[in-house]
Amino acid sequence: MTLFSGYGVQLLEGALVSISVAIAALFVGTILGIFLGAVKTYSSKPFRYAVEAYTAIVRGVPDLIIIYLIYFGSTVALTKLTGAYVDVNGFTAGVCALAFIFGAYASDIFRGAIMQVPRGQTEAADALGLRRRISFLKVILPQAWRLALPGFGNLAIILLKQTSLISVIGLEELLRASSVVSGSTREPFYVYSAAAVIYLVLTGVASYALRLARQRSNRGFA
Amino acid sequence: MLDFQIMADVFPKLLQGVGTTGKLAILILALGMVMAVPIAYARNAKSMWLHGPANTYILLIRGIPSLLQVFLVYYGMGQLEFVRHSALWPVLRDPFWCVIIALGLNSAAYTAEIISGALRLIAKGPVEAAYALGLSWYQTQLKVTIPLAIRAALPAYENEIILTVKATSLASTVTLMDITGVARLEVSNTYAPYEVFLSAGAIYFCFTTMLSWLLRRLEQRLSIENLKTLNSTPLQNAEAARA
Repeated sequence: MTLFSGYGVQLLEGALVSISVAIAALFVGTILGIFLGAVKTYSSKPFRYAVEAYTAIVRGVPDLIIIYLIYFGSTVALTKLTGAYVDVNGFTAGVCALAFIFGAYASDIFRGAIMQVPRGQTEAADALGLRRRISFLKVILPQAWRLALPGFGNLAIILLKQTSLISVIGLEELLRASSVVSGSTREPFYVYSAAAVIYLVLTGVASYALRLARQRSNRGFA
Repeated sequence: MLDFQIMADVFPKLLQGVGTTGKLAILILALGMVMAVPIAYARNAKSMWLHGPANTYILLIRGIPSLLQVFLVYYGMGQLEFVRHSALWPVLRDPFWCVIIALGLNSAAYTAEIISGALRLIAKGPVEAAYALGLSWYQTQLKVTIPLAIRAALPAYENEIILTVKATSLASTVTLMDITGVARLEVSNTYAPYEVFLSAGAIYFCFTTMLSWLLRRLEQRLSIENLKTLNSTPLQNAEAARA
């Protein structure tokens, strides 16, 4: 039996695109989240308020609006800046938008984790004469990671599901691919169900991996 | 860079979508809550036949993107012969009800998680005291467990309400004219995505910010410290002592 008259491959290719978007956005978003989390914990008031405002906006505005804004907005902005029409590719815009959203939520998680690292650690690093940047990267962050992992894992799973929203700007990820396939096979129920199973497998694998990571990070504790 | 004239023109049009967004959010939350309570009780039950299906339901819903759930209900159901011939077809043909069913089922899973967590948080003491006073299971649930659980669940449920309001924007993908739907239409009319989506985002932001402010006040109202001063009963004193 050929799955969906040979369209099954298209779904799997879509799944690959979803995974790539998720991994790229996770990478960019994590760096953004750590940076902003550090700003929220250590910076002076104006910077901190700016980051708080950014987080509040992401929390209060639907993801779809943010994705549209970044996709259409960057096209218009780049076209105006360069004078020529620039077509922002869906992958880049999608990764930027998801990283932008992820970074806001992650910054709160990292802030919480950084603050939970005992003060004595910072003081010890100071006493050893480490520069602040080194003490943050080599002393605080490795310990904060363990504390941030449960919340970070939840966000990562949410991010994996959020990649489906990128379908609205035309990137052929899993959901978009299923829409295309269901258009040609006229079997939307089966095709979307198949996509649902693929998403379940992806989120299942991701949460299993995160559980392993959590166990590993907790070795030697509790 | 921004064209404020377009924003001023578009704003009243976008506000017309607020009604749809609000209606969607209220109905989704209502359906979610009605389904979530039995699921939460089943999830905490000892019997495998109760907690098994409840856990599976929550696992399935949480593993699938909500946009896919909307598509499954809106596009998928029409393919099934028996659905098209059933009495429910007029409902399932309407994108409005499809979104409510899809996102309501989705919200039910998350709400059930919140409620079952809150129910598990409740200390045994007050419940045992209620039984010792001769209250039946129902009375204990109504007078002791549920009031305590509501307070324990409120902060997380508040978050779920905000997330649901944001999730209603998915309705725009199945032709509904909520705030996002109107915004998409206006973008194709004005070719000014920046202005239109910024205005839409501002409306959502005001909406969710006001909502979370109201909910936080409700939370303070219901908190044990305030109740104690309002009408103090032995049971509430016992709770307060525990808290």
